Amino acid sequence: MSTIVVYLEQKGNELKRSSLEAITAASNVAGANVIGLLVGGDSAPAQVAGAYGLKECAVAKHDLLNGYSSTAVASTIAEFAKSVNATSVFFAATATGKEVAPRVAVKLNAGFVPDCTALTGSTGAIVASRPVYAGKAKVNVSVTAPVGVYSLRPNVFTARKVENGGTVSIKDFTPSLSANDARVKVTNIIRNEGKLDVSEADIIVSGGRGMKGPENFHLVEDLGKALGAAVGASRAVVDAGWRPHGEQVGQTGKTVSPNLYIACGISGAVQHLAGMSSSKVIVAINKDKDAPIFKVADYGIVGDVFDVLPKLTAKLAH
Amino acid sequence: MNILVCVSQVPDTTTKVAVGADGKTIDKAGVKFILNPYDEFTIEEGLRLREKFGGSVTALTVGGDGAKEILRTALAMGVDKAIIVKDDNREDSFSVATNIAEAAKTIQPDVVILGRQSIDYDSFGMASMVGELLDMPSISVVSKWSIEGTTVTAERDIEGGKEVVSTTLPCVISAQKGLNDPRYPKLPDIMKAKSKPIEERAGIASASRTQTVSMELPLSKRVGKILGDSDADISELVRLLHEDAKVI
Ligand SMILES: Cc1cc2nc3c(=O)[nH]c(=O)nc-3n(C[C@H](O)[C@H](O)[C@H](O)COP(=O)(O)OP(=O)(O)OC[C@H]3O[C@@H](n4cnc5c(N)ncnc54)[C@H](O)[C@@H]3O)c2cc1C
Ligand SMILES: Nc1ncnc2c1ncn2[C@@H]1O[C@H](COP(=O)(O)O)[C@@H](O)[C@H]1O
Repeated sequence: MSTIVVYLEQKGNELKRSSLEAITAASNVAGANVIGLLVGGDSAPAQVAGAYGLKECAVAKHDLLNGYSSTAVASTIAEFAKSVNATSVFFAATATGKEVAPRVAVKLNAGFVPDCTALTGSTGAIVASRPVYAGKAKVNVSVTAPVGVYSLRPNVFTARKVENGGTVSIKDFTPSLSANDARVKVTNIIRNEGKLDVSEADIIVSGGRGMKGPENFHLVEDLGKALGAAVGASRAVVDAGWRPHGEQVGQTGKTVSPNLYIACGISGAVQHLAGMSSSKVIVAINKDKDAPIFKVADYGIVGDVFDVLPKLTAKLAH
Repeated sequence: MNILVCVSQVPDTTTKVAVGADGKTIDKAGVKFILNPYDEFTIEEGLRLREKFGGSVTALTVGGDGAKEILRTALAMGVDKAIIVKDDNREDSFSVATNIAEAAKTIQPDVVILGRQSIDYDSFGMASMVGELLDMPSISVVSKWSIEGTTVTAERDIEGGKEVVSTTLPCVISAQKGLNDPRYPKLPDIMKAKSKPIEERAGIASASRTQTVSMELPLSKRVGKILGDSDADISELVRLLHEDAKVI
């Protein structure tokens, strides 16, 4: 039996869904004994993971873990992984996971496989797939070192509840941290108030140059509101100053995998596709039937956004 | 201030990707290679630090002979020195990070600047790895920062907002779009850069901890259903999203 440690991120007092996805993905690796690790928080969120098949979870506590420090978290995870002889450590490829996982990989002298979209094989012989070259290709990678560190792209793996899920046995873990471990400190978090972020949304409605101008984006926002969706944008409209940078989806913007992605007046340039082609369902609305976006769309409407969006919003509002 | 900027060479984003004869890497024939777009911010930030604090900027790349091209760009933009570590293995980030860190140890930088991601293998991991290998703090995806004495304060992009992070020099950061507006090299500087020296160093072999089993082109998995724009079509789309796709 080999052990996979899953680093669990919490948001408020809940586990992030991407962490639950990582638990399911780890449990699906044949021959794996899965242990969750919460760092520096309350243990209550760990119980939720029981329904997803987690049986064991450690909660790391230390004075230096009060207030988030990426370096202290990395030291804690690596020390814990060593203490249980983990063969793999799983992260969600969130802003935190992307920053902490590579440090843990160095500390464990481990193979590092970032942003995985599929995992096959058993423990010790995991083959991970990951997109490269803006999703124009994918590589299948195996780890040659004794330990592997993987980060999993959010919303690509499914978090699955198990039938015989139950309570999680929780243990405290006290890492041996020194001030040197906590050299990086988060002193404040600035939230984009009142707006759902594309990287956290289940549904995204994005607008491109086909919207013709910033004054027409209310059509995108209205559809978004009807669906409880976040608003996204192509780089062309962000560069033009029509929309804020934080909304940009694509290679140089955010990588998203929502359940539903609706592209309005977006041509589907490869750099845009890089950020959204792993969405579960893609809808394209474009007046050019040959626009490349239709090649990745599950459903397409060939039509004018100014005509289609209000109608679609009205039908959804019913 | 001793500043190290790390730059990578990547295929132009419009390149059509084909799998090479080894079945593991791309077919490089006919591919145009460019400076990783994020590393324009990397170089620019190094130059701005030098303008503010004095010192020198060294540009470093790990790659094959062809990668000297991007060092010429860095020299034309104004870096003082350019180093190439000769190692063609770009697939394993541990290996690249080891090569960067070994070179950095001989330079003893106060600040190491990298890009948020290299748009070929998109690992996002290099700043953290290099930081750990050099036993330096690191902050990734930085869109704004300042240095006062030895105190570093940075904003980094996270889901739904920004984190304000503080640390101390020496440190490693990775640059996010928005950090600066990169300058364009001027023609005379481009000409002069052609004859500037580029120091060559040997890479450290076998630092890889992963191997590529195979590379594939993704199948276009979607069998799209294309509708018109009539009322009936739009109602049909709503029905499909409800009943077939079950996403709303
Ligand atoms: C290094 C690099 C990185 C990049 N990174 C990104 C990135 O992260 N994200 C990104 O999005 N792009 C990125 N790009 C830019 C990308 O190549 C495209 O230029 C951009 O995505 C185009 O945006 P668009 O689809 O909105 O505009 P366009 O390509 O101009 O497409 C507009 C579309 O709207 C349609 N249209 C027009 N009017 C209507 C109407 N009335 N009704 C319906 N449809 C209409 C047109 O048919 C067309 O298909 C990058 C480029 C480079 C070189
Ligand atoms: N071969 C390389 N040589 C030098 N720097 C590199 C190399 N590969 C990546 N980097 C640096 O690391 C950053 C992030 O790359 P990555 O983590 O590979 O996505 C890039 O923007 C570069 O600054």
